[in-house]
Amino acid sequence: MERDILKAMLKDMLLARAFEERAAYEYTQGNISGFLHLYPGEEAVAVGVLHASEPGDYVVSTYREHVHALVRGVPPGKIMAELFGRKDGCSGGMGGSMHLFDQQRRFMGGYGIVGETYPVSTGIAYAIAMRNLPEAVICFFGDGAVNQGTFHESLNMAALWNLPVLFICENNRYQIGTEIHRHSKVTEVYKRACGYKIPAEQVNGMDVIEVYKATQSALLRIREGTGPQFLEIETYRFRGHSMADPGSYRPKVEVQAFKDEDPVTVMLQDSIPEYPDAEKISAVGRDNIEHLSNHMHRENLINPQEIQNMKEQVKEIVEQAVQYAAASPEPSMDDAWSALNCNRGQEVLI
Amino acid sequence: MTDEVLLWQALNKAMDIEMAADNSVFTMGEDVGLYGGSYRVTEGLYAKYGEWRVRDTPISEGGFTGLGVGAAMVGMRPVIEIMTINFALLALDAIINMATKIPFMSGGQFPMPLVIRVPGGVAKQLAAQHSQRLEHTLMNVPGLRIAVPSTPQDAWWQLRQAIQSNEPVIILEHELLYFSKGPLDTALEALPMHRAAVRRAGSALTLISYSRTAVLAQQAADKLAEDGIDIEVIDLRSLSPIDWQTCIDSVSKTHHLLIVEEDCGFAGAGAELAATLSERCFYELDAPVQRHTGLDLPTPYNGTLEAASIPTVSSIINAVKQIV
Repeated sequence: MERDILKAMLKDMLLARAFEERAAYEYTQGNISGFLHLYPGEEAVAVGVLHASEPGDYVVSTYREHVHALVRGVPPGKIMAELFGRKDGCSGGMGGSMHLFDQQRRFMGGYGIVGETYPVSTGIAYAIAMRNLPEAVICFFGDGAVNQGTFHESLNMAALWNLPVLFICENNRYQIGTEIHRHSKVTEVYKRACGYKIPAEQVNGMDVIEVYKATQSALLRIREGTGPQFLEIETYRFRGHSMADPGSYRPKVEVQAFKDEDPVTVMLQDSIPEYPDAEKISAVGRDNIEHLSNHMHRENLINPQEIQNMKEQVKEIVEQAVQYAAASPEPSMDDAWSALNCNRGQEVLI
Repeated sequence: MTDEVLLWQALNKAMDIEMAADNSVFTMGEDVGLYGGSYRVTEGLYAKYGEWRVRDTPISEGGFTGLGVGAAMVGMRPVIEIMTINFALLALDAIINMATKIPFMSGGQFPMPLVIRVPGGVAKQLAAQHSQRLEHTLMNVPGLRIAVPSTPQDAWWQLRQAIQSNEPVIILEHELLYFSKGPLDTALEALPMHRAAVRRAGSALTLISYSRTAVLAQQAADKLAEDGIDIEVIDLRSLSPIDWQTCIDSVSKTHHLLIVEEDCGFAGAGAELAATLSERCFYELDAPVQRHTGLDLPTPYNGTLEAASIPTVSSIINAVKQIV
């Protein structure tokens, strides 16, 4: 893989982590309210998938979508301002954390009702197919969303009409507090896609390179006209479901095991010359650390100073985002009415 | 040029002219294509425009209504047909949580030129699961327009206006009106989509109704006139927004108000009309606002009971006579 892509992905993962941790802090300071669902642990999914996509592709995401928006290129200040509920937020302060939108960047929303990303995606894909365009729709959802009726309805229609949708299941093994074995009979989510004849595979979501490559080939198949594709990306969120959730239902050992293969650390560890030894790798249970370490070491891709510089850049970006948000005014009630009536035509109403 | 047409034919013509004019218009629903639509509204369109623009769907109301939302976000003009309003309950998430919320929650970034056509109302002994009227639920959703055409002319105008509009519009079509005949002048300039129509001028009382009961109300008014009771009949044509001014002007003239609707009375459309017009016309009213509505009862299958559960011409006449 090209060094520039790897570096760009590493930077986005660092930015994602720093942005989310800062959001958590701002929440404790009372600058952000409501539901705040954070992404640490899952960065390799958004970063790998979106770096492999084209700017013309559409992105439809869930309520845990800050990082999808960030990686898609929505300015960090616009996102932070939205979390703050300010006028300069990417949704004008009307959406908040769960409802980030950016039409210009084809970021088609964060949706707060589980299972809504499928029909939005098939709808956009239907329009693309009707117009014979080379674009695709990237549809994110969690493991908890696959038992919603729209999942099955939409997979069936996408397959039936050969729609250009890339279904991305971010399988973090929990629907809020219910572990996957307690919410699904079939826990290998990708197998469900087979029922609709949609090509599907399981991907290690702690390895951004694997995610990138799987996405790249899935999108290629879509553009070749193969129809919808499905990736189940196995990942883990380090925090609770939202800021209101301490996550106490999860065994400590499980959380620690996943933190040991933190996708950010994995990338970083490799770039510093101290690699985890074989014993540590086998203790984690998977070998993606070794895999990525060997790869980056062999390719001599980055040095510690570059990482340090990146971390400082990221810190500065996040700081500026917070300042931008804090300086932005509150939206007015007139702004709310304008948002509601944004599509009203000439007709004068009474 | 005025023709006498059936209401479904007016809708069919409206679909055809809009699909011919704009290739971003497409329609989708159960049996709308090859079969031609349960009430023939899409007849002939599949052959003319092909399967991408006239799409037969699986039985997945939530899935394909939501698909319409996604397509509308990128500038398509989907016309989603849900076979009956009762099935629309399975699509309420797409209608309420998606279609009306996305333009708002995004701070006004997205168009939502989505039309949802739904047959409904009490027809002929279809029993409780196929006879509902859900206007009260839909009226409580900010950002959703509701058109309730009762004539072929209105059906023609309002469907075309809905397709051309960038706002989400739901069209409630009464199943017993599809085969009712009326004049259609395709050259006539359209009323605004939400404008109420005074179907009959009168002085004794204002009767406000919509959809099929507005038709029954006009028949009742004609009979009352034979007894020397001269009432004004307003057909709302739109339940959201409501043309309050037309209602207020009429009440200010007649000083009596009766609201007639087929839907259940409790917390129904008539409750909103009664509340708002009581507030806004308090000093004009000589008597309390009255409502004559469907019973708060699931519709019975039995034909006699079914007929007794909703307003009829004779029950409307009685309701008027109790006031004036």
